[in-house]
Amino acid sequence: MSPADSSAAPATAPKHAPAHHPDAHPAHEGPLGIAPAGTVHVSHDHHELGFIRKYIFSVDHKVIAIQFMLTGLFFLVLGGLFAMAIRHQVAWPWKPIPGMGLLFPETGGVISPEFYTMLFTMHGTIMIFFVIIPLLTGAFGNFLIPLMVGAPDMAFPKLNMFGYWAMIPAIFFAILGFFVEGGAAAAGWTAYPPLSTILSAAPGSLNGQTCWLMALTWVGVSSMMGAVNYVTTIVKMRAPGLTMMRLPLSIWGLFISALLQLFALPVLTAASILQLLDRTLHTGFFTPSNLLVNSVRPEAFQSAGTAAIDAASGGHPLLWQHLFWFYSHPAVYIMVLPAMGFASDILSVHARKPVFGYKPMVYSICAIAGLGFIVWGHHMFTSGMNPALGMSFMVATIMIALPSAVKVFNWIGTLWGSRIHLTSAMLNALAFVSMFIIGGLSGIWMAATPVDIYIHDTYIVVAHFHYVVFAGSVFAIWAGIYHWFPKMFGRQMNETLGKLHFIGSFVFTNGVFYMMHQLGLAGLMRRTADPYTYTTYAHLQECNELITICAFLLFAWQIFFVINFFHSMFWGKRVGRNPWKANTLEWDAPSPPGHGNFDRELAVYRGPYEFGSPEVAEDYLPQTRKLGDGAGKPAPAHAHH
Amino acid sequence: MSLLNPSNGWWTALAVLVAALLVLVTFVKYTRLWLVLLIGLVPVLGVWTFVKAPEWGLWFPEDVSTHGKGMDQLFYMIMWMVTFTFVLTEVALVWCVFRYHEKVPGKSLFTHGSHKLEMIWTAIPAVALLVIAFAQIGTFKRIKFENHWPTGGPYSAQKPIAHVIAYQFAWLMRYPDENGSFDSVDVVESPFDFVVPVDTDIMFHLKSRDVLHSFFLPNLRLKQDAVPGMTIPMWFKATKVGEYDLICAELCGWGHYKMAGKLIVKSKADYDAWLAQKRAELKSNGKADLSNMEEGQ
Repeated sequence: MSPADSSAAPATAPKHAPAHHPDAHPAHEGPLGIAPAGTVHVSHDHHELGFIRKYIFSVDHKVIAIQFMLTGLFFLVLGGLFAMAIRHQVAWPWKPIPGMGLLFPETGGVISPEFYTMLFTMHGTIMIFFVIIPLLTGAFGNFLIPLMVGAPDMAFPKLNMFGYWAMIPAIFFAILGFFVEGGAAAAGWTAYPPLSTILSAAPGSLNGQTCWLMALTWVGVSSMMGAVNYVTTIVKMRAPGLTMMRLPLSIWGLFISALLQLFALPVLTAASILQLLDRTLHTGFFTPSNLLVNSVRPEAFQSAGTAAIDAASGGHPLLWQHLFWFYSHPAVYIMVLPAMGFASDILSVHARKPVFGYKPMVYSICAIAGLGFIVWGHHMFTSGMNPALGMSFMVATIMIALPSAVKVFNWIGTLWGSRIHLTSAMLNALAFVSMFIIGGLSGIWMAATPVDIYIHDTYIVVAHFHYVVFAGSVFAIWAGIYHWFPKMFGRQMNETLGKLHFIGSFVFTNGVFYMMHQLGLAGLMRRTADPYTYTTYAHLQECNELITICAFLLFAWQIFFVINFFHSMFWGKRVGRNPWKANTLEWDAPSPPGHGNFDRELAVYRGPYEFGSPEVAEDYLPQTRKLGDGAGKPAPAHAHH
Repeated sequence: MSLLNPSNGWWTALAVLVAALLVLVTFVKYTRLWLVLLIGLVPVLGVWTFVKAPEWGLWFPEDVSTHGKGMDQLFYMIMWMVTFTFVLTEVALVWCVFRYHEKVPGKSLFTHGSHKLEMIWTAIPAVALLVIAFAQIGTFKRIKFENHWPTGGPYSAQKPIAHVIAYQFAWLMRYPDENGSFDSVDVVESPFDFVVPVDTDIMFHLKSRDVLHSFFLPNLRLKQDAVPGMTIPMWFKATKVGEYDLICAELCGWGHYKMAGKLIVKSKADYDAWLAQKRAELKSNGKADLSNMEEGQ
């Protein structure tokens, strides 16, 4: 059960062995390509790069990571603003939003029902495709993978640069949607046809949906380039001695989610192109024939050649749902597996204790990913899909709770008997565990088919996935930023501001999302602009007002994070290589690492979580520190050019 | 529900505000203490809100169906199992934060795991999850499976009480003529109101004319998407006379929020009288053949 058994180190470590102290060596600014055995040696130019090549069109994984991070954080604010508008409408339907009348004088700051549908469509789209996935895989994946596996850069640096720049057309099209005739896409982030394919079915389906599909396709290209890079780098470029079972769990999470993207994403891209064809060339992959929209035949609305189009249509809306969820359910795991990895690493480092059950943790990640491919139908229990098929999806869905539960128990096992340092990173990682428990458990109701008939598309579903993706993944992202910020910028974030940011975020996150469970049990449907037209919902307004007030406070509270992030980037406390006294390879590189990352050769002797080991006097034992024959001597420090 | 009621809420609000300020000022210094309280409050408030929710009206609406009982029982069964796990894990987490802080002397416990524990906490949840998986199959089959559809009563899949047609942003219930035909000029049309007799197995056909909609009756715990191009037979049995909301539960466009229908459950005699009256009105008024409006053929 000990994956970290040190094969290279006999247990004869002397007491008070001189610590392997990386900071003793000056950081080399020069590029030092250290190619581990079996990898391609990347040759580096020694001339200084200009600003554009260094920070804009960079092929350096760390710069690309920071580009992804800043883009993701920008869109987090934008998606958050959309959420505020949605919450305002649900709490006080058709009341003007204070101040918005100045920006949009023609509406007086009142949200129209059309605009409401666009708001929640783009809120979901942005948060998933422009915030969570780019932050977890784009920002952290890029930054951590080469550093944690001991590689000088990604396997394909130029492909990596293309991965970021493919986001630019995606961003362009996502924003463009709001400025085309009819407005942005309004068919939900799930874009169910025929609402999305018939141009006259919704204002946003006139042009906005085309922009949405283009944006999604480019996001897919970006993710695909990233996934190819991550898998290749992890498989082929690990430092000598770094076996797969010595990889940090962050890398395992990123590795498996990259595999998920590789296998699932082509399906979504193909489906998007088919929907694009349905919309532009009037094919009929997802659009049935003989529809009557607004008492008009959509074919007649779209083009003159009605007869030919009738012959071509006859598609099925459920086909899109199958194809869409075949990607988008694994996408949920793409959004949570890296977060689980970060939480495991951060809990272990800041609790000064090895991760409990490393192998079960790895197997759980693999099991979640494997089962994740055969549960997509649980989004379709009420869709008209054959109910017998629903049964098999139900069993797979129920069983996916098992590896998730094993992970939670192992996190608690990690904390048991530990020495917890309550840093900002640790606070957010603990919150991740606490909140993931709620999000995971409420999912069991949704997996139970008869219960799901009632709660499908109600606010309890909204509560569930926000507990997983917001209270889970976003807290893990915050934890990751606090934890790896010193490595990114060579400076530490302010702990006081970090703690203040944490407490408000934790309280208000629960204030926003917890009562949504009860709203869902009361039957409240999501995506309704004014629920109180129904007598069933008339009494739910007070609760919604309370939630909205918490949402505004949660949003405003993020000012502590914004100030902390940008202030610390330039004026934060400078730190050395290993401020947290962690074991993994990234802490062997200078902070921030120069081009080529490592200024000495790496050799890995053990697993990533040897905290509190009796072999040494300190409470940590870096993966690269050699014990035994060369007891206590630092790893060879000569750098070759 | 009186969470925001000013008459009794102001003092509570003030107390919350003062407490919040107190926490903020002292959180940085007494992080561990406050964190223990905060995470400790998660299971406490988490369970408390579920206990109080029915009192606040934030709970299931009244069940007036035969489907609802099985579903509600399953919900409560899962709720007890989930609550147990929730409280157990959160309390363990709080205990760790409280007990194993950095000032405890010595290094942390040096262990990489325990095979025995892994086996225990894999096997027990696995059994519990399998129980949940198998416990629900019967209920789902009774609601959805074709071989559980009602037969022998007045309504069946071949003889539905009505065709329910959804379109942007309305419901249209079409009742057959005396001969059971849906293609005649004597079809009774009831916009928005779905009138059914009480204590009878009701079988109907669900269709959509344009985009996806969803037929949702909260009081009967019934939801089914209406899919253009598909005819989906559904059944339920209402057990109480009254009027209940019929809600569109699948995004269908800008007017989705106002696509409100009504389920009107009448006694059998009242229902027969209503249908007879509608048919009589139809005969006296005369009307155009709208049979092609179902799917827009």
